[in-house]
Amino acid sequence: MSSPASHLRPVPAAEPAARPAIRIRNLTKTFNDLVAVDNVSLDISQGEFFMIVGPSGCGKTTLLRILAGLEQATSGGIEIDVPAARDRPENSMVFQGESILPWMTVWQNAAYGLRMRNVPVKTIKEVVSHYLDRTGLARFAGYYPHQLSGGMRQRVAIARAFANDPQILLMDEPFSALDAQNKLLLQEELLRIWEEHKKTVVFITHSVDEAVLLGDRVMVMTAQPGRVKQFVPIGLARPRNFIELQGAPEYGDLVHRIWGDLRDEVQRAREIADGLGAPS
Amino acid sequence: MSVEQAQVAVAPRQSRILSLRGRDRILSIASPLGLLILWELAAQFGFIDTRFFPAPSAILTLLVKMLQSGELITHTYTSLRRLFWGTLIGGIPALVLGVVMGLNRPIRAIFDPLIAATYPIPKSSILPLALLIFGLGEPSKIFMVAIGVFFPVAINATTGVLEINKIYLDVGRNYKANRWNTFWTIALPGALPVIMTGFKLGIGIGLILIAVAEMIGAKSGLGYLIWSAWETFAVEQMYVGLFMIALIGFVLTLLLNELERFIIPWKVN
Repeated sequence: MSSPASHLRPVPAAEPAARPAIRIRNLTKTFNDLVAVDNVSLDISQGEFFMIVGPSGCGKTTLLRILAGLEQATSGGIEIDVPAARDRPENSMVFQGESILPWMTVWQNAAYGLRMRNVPVKTIKEVVSHYLDRTGLARFAGYYPHQLSGGMRQRVAIARAFANDPQILLMDEPFSALDAQNKLLLQEELLRIWEEHKKTVVFITHSVDEAVLLGDRVMVMTAQPGRVKQFVPIGLARPRNFIELQGAPEYGDLVHRIWGDLRDEVQRAREIADGLGAPS
Repeated sequence: MSVEQAQVAVAPRQSRILSLRGRDRILSIASPLGLLILWELAAQFGFIDTRFFPAPSAILTLLVKMLQSGELITHTYTSLRRLFWGTLIGGIPALVLGVVMGLNRPIRAIFDPLIAATYPIPKSSILPLALLIFGLGEPSKIFMVAIGVFFPVAINATTGVLEINKIYLDVGRNYKANRWNTFWTIALPGALPVIMTGFKLGIGIGLILIAVAEMIGAKSGLGYLIWSAWETFAVEQMYVGLFMIALIGFVLTLLLNELERFIIPWKVN
C-alpha cells in the first residue's frame, strides 16, 4: 500500500453550506396507520453526494420518492433550491430494480428524459452518445434490454438519469441487484461520471461500504418509523481510489462507526418484523 | 478440467434443442397431412359416406375449378375485405378505449360495467339487429366483425395496461412524460403483447361472425358460398368454402405472429 495519506486528507465541506440545495423540514409520511417517515429534517448542500443508509422498511425509499415527486408528504415540507435553469429538470431518479423500458433500445432509453422534454434532436444525439460512451454502452446502443446483462441494464438506467441533466440525482439502491465485482466497477464509473459536473446526489443504500466509498455525508435512519439517527461526515478526499481507500484505517473507522449505529436498527427492524409475523 | 466438462455438457444440449424444434415442425406438418390421407382412403374405400364427407381429392378438384373461374377468389376477397374493415373499425377504438381505461381510474369505472354487461351477449344474436339497422349491404357485415373484434381487444388492452410494472409508470412520471407520451411510450408498448393476443382472439371471432353474417342476407362471401351450397346440396362446394375459411384463419394466424415479431421486437420468446 503506497502512501494513501494524500487521498485521505480530510476535507472541510462535510457540513451543509449556507444555501442548501434540498431543505427538508419535519417531513412525515404515513400510510394508513403505518408511519413510514417520521419528522425528518435535513439539509443537503449543493453538489453534495448524500448517502442514506437504514434497515429495510425504514422509509428511505419513501423519502426519496417524496423528493422525486412520486409521493406526497403527509406533513412537513421540502424546499428545493437549485440554480434557476428553465431547461433542466429538477431531479431524475435511478430506480431500484429493473426500470429501463423493455420496449426501447439502449439508445432510446438513454434519450428518454430528453425526448420527453422536447430537447432538439441534435442535442439529444450529442448528450446521449456522450453518456453511452461514458458508461461503456456505445456498442450496444441498438440493443434491447433483454439482450443485456443486469449490470449493463443498470448502466443504461444511470446513463438515462445523467443524460437528462437533472439538478439533483436520486438513486435508490441502484446496485443492490448486482454481483460484487460489477457493483464495484459501476460504483467507480458512477463516481467518475459524477466528478464531471458534481451534481447533488441523494443515494440510498443498505451497504455501509458503499455509503463510505461514495458519499460526502451519510445519514443513518432508524428502523420503523424512519427517523434520523445520525449524520456521519465522510471526510475522504476525492477523487477516490477504492482499492487504496479500503485498506486505509480512516475507511475502517468510518465503516465501523456507521455500522455501529446501523446494527441496532437492523436488529430492531428484525424484531418489528418478527413481532408482526411478517417475513423480513 | 471442470470448465471443459461444462463446455462439453453444453454443446449437445444446444443441438438437442434445435432438433426438438425440427421434430416439432415435422410433426405439425405431418398431422394434418396424415388426417387428409386417412380421409381420402376412407372415402375411396367407402368407409365413410361421400354424400356428407366427399374425398379431399374431389374437393380439391372443385376448388381448382372454382379458382380458375374466379368465383372463389371473388368470394374470398369479399370476406377478407369485410374482415379487414371490421377489424380496423372495431379494433382501433377498442385499443384506444382499453388503454385509456387502463390508465384512468374514473374512465375505467364508467366503462367497466358497460363492457361487462354487453360482453356476454352472443355476438351472432345481434345479427338481426345489425340487419335492421344497417340493411343487407356491406355495413351490417362489417359491423358484425367490428363488434366481434371490439371486446377482446378492449378487454385485453385494459388488462395489458394494468399489468404493466408500476415502475415503468413511475419512470414516465419522473421523466415528465405528459399524457400523450405516457400513452405512446409507456402504456401502449407495455400492453402491446397482451393487445396482440386480443387482436388474434378478435380476428378469430370476426371470422366466425363474418361467415354467419354472410349466410343470412348476403349475395357474396364465403359464408354465402357455404349457405348456397346447402340450398343446392352441393356438398363439395360447401367443403371448398369451409376449407377457404380454415385457410384464412391459418394464414392470418401466421401473419399475425410475424407482425407480432415485427412490432414487438423486445418480446423474449
